Amino acid sequence: MPHFEKPAEGSWTEHYPELGTADVSYHDSISPEWYELEREAIFRRTWLNVGRVEQLSRVGSYFSKEIDAGKTSIVVVRGTDDEVRAFHNICRHRGNKLVWMDYPQEETSGTCRQFTCKYHGWRYGLDGQCTFVQQEDEFFDLDKSDYGLASVQTEVWEGFIFVNLDPSNTTPLRDYLGEFGKGLEGYPFEKLTQVHRYRAEVGSNWKLFIDAFAEFYHAPVLHAKQSVADESRKLQSYGFEALAYGIDGPHGMVSSWGGMSPPKDPEMVKPIERKLRSGLFGPWDAPDLGLDELPPALNPARHKAWGMDSFVFFPNFMVLIWKPNWVLTYHYWPTSYNTHIFEGTCYFAPPKNARERLAQEMAAVTFKEYSLQDGNTLEATQSMLESSTPISTFPLNDQEILLRQLHTTARRYVHEYQQGQPSSPAPVPA
Amino acid sequence: MASTLPSDFADLEPFADWAVPTERARYDKRVASTMDELQTFYDAAFPRLDDAMAYLEQFEMDALPEDAQHLLWLYCSLVTVSFPVEVWRQPRVPDSGASTFDAVVEPAV
Repeated sequence: MPHFEKPAEGSWTEHYPELGTADVSYHDSISPEWYELEREAIFRRTWLNVGRVEQLSRVGSYFSKEIDAGKTSIVVVRGTDDEVRAFHNICRHRGNKLVWMDYPQEETSGTCRQFTCKYHGWRYGLDGQCTFVQQEDEFFDLDKSDYGLASVQTEVWEGFIFVNLDPSNTTPLRDYLGEFGKGLEGYPFEKLTQVHRYRAEVGSNWKLFIDAFAEFYHAPVLHAKQSVADESRKLQSYGFEALAYGIDGPHGMVSSWGGMSPPKDPEMVKPIERKLRSGLFGPWDAPDLGLDELPPALNPARHKAWGMDSFVFFPNFMVLIWKPNWVLTYHYWPTSYNTHIFEGTCYFAPPKNARERLAQEMAAVTFKEYSLQDGNTLEATQSMLESSTPISTFPLNDQEILLRQLHTTARRYVHEYQQGQPSSPAPVPA
Repeated sequence: MASTLPSDFADLEPFADWAVPTERARYDKRVASTMDELQTFYDAAFPRLDDAMAYLEQFEMDALPEDAQHLLWLYCSLVTVSFPVEVWRQPRVPDSGASTFDAVVEPAV
């Protein structure tokens, strides 16, 4: 008997019949050939979130971003006209990487008046125009205006900076983000400027970590040792049920209860959580963000037990909005078919005093400890999916609907890409 | 790290090496410590947590005196150390193997 109401069809999954209910193949997570198709079909053709406007606080602020899955590195910069632009991070002269410090493969950030190539000193304005060529007279009828940086489509939604590596893309970002994007507009993301960002290199296919964070079915089991013993047993006996799931185009969302912020009974949580009034669900005392009413995409079931909504924006960006007025984002940046870089970022309101600072530290560090367990488990999953066992398909339950949606969507993008190619290679089964 | 705590917290001076300014270094120090060392620090610092928060609340975040910063960092370390002491009985979270999860952006104080 479900604790929370499901759609009339009897399950969330059957409410979206295109997903089916059959066992699912994970060949799409262990094939180098399939990953190469995903790079072209997905990472070079969809809107990718690369950061927030607060990272570019003034004119000339920039950061570089390695997008290995999209086969490029970009530099994102705020121009003298305040516009945010992105360029392929390549000098127009002879192909040197334009912006880097010490280690060419490491991301960097800073503030500058112009970009100067380390190799031969060519310079570019913040708008990408070539402004200086060393020994210009030595070239042959070179017109600097023909040698600006290669720009990348860039749009900003609610302070989140997105790029699209496909020059022929005609879908505006806001349209791409669909109903969930529109339904989150007005949330005061810009007030959450206290940032804790973590980064991990994970030995699994990128989709497996989204799988892990797009379902909470695992939480009472994998993370059992994070809670006090009585609470842990109770959580496991309840299992997990979401308040609601939603699917819109390639994107999905799950809405969850959030009984631990604050907990009904203080004995349910650890001594330090009781003292600091904080834990996995965030600081218990929410800062005032002037949010009189939740934007329509949040708490779609309008349930009084609501605690957190998690949005999966295809392909690799998740936004978690917590009832006590803080936000967590996840990014998954593939580096090969079985490795990726994970970034998790906590956004809090700036703490007014050290008490609030410690409560935020508690929430951020708790997130880290849970993620260490998640990341390590993924490597155990990846290695067995790749092993030569006779098992190739796996059952997904109704609380795993967003996984079914993710893998279905990724396959659809690859198939549509293959169909659009005049001389497409034979489809790889997945 | 040699550091000086506010005089009200002289009893914690033997643990001043836990006043570490970054999460990554606090975590590394935890993982490099024995459970006895973590327990000893926790047993000394936890009972003074309310006092420390009351003391630190006198100041705005952007105007913390240096000794108060040290106290804040020491209590950030208590947060880091609380997990093994209160629940796991081992310095690393169970089932995390050799995986890492490093802070790359965090508050200056």
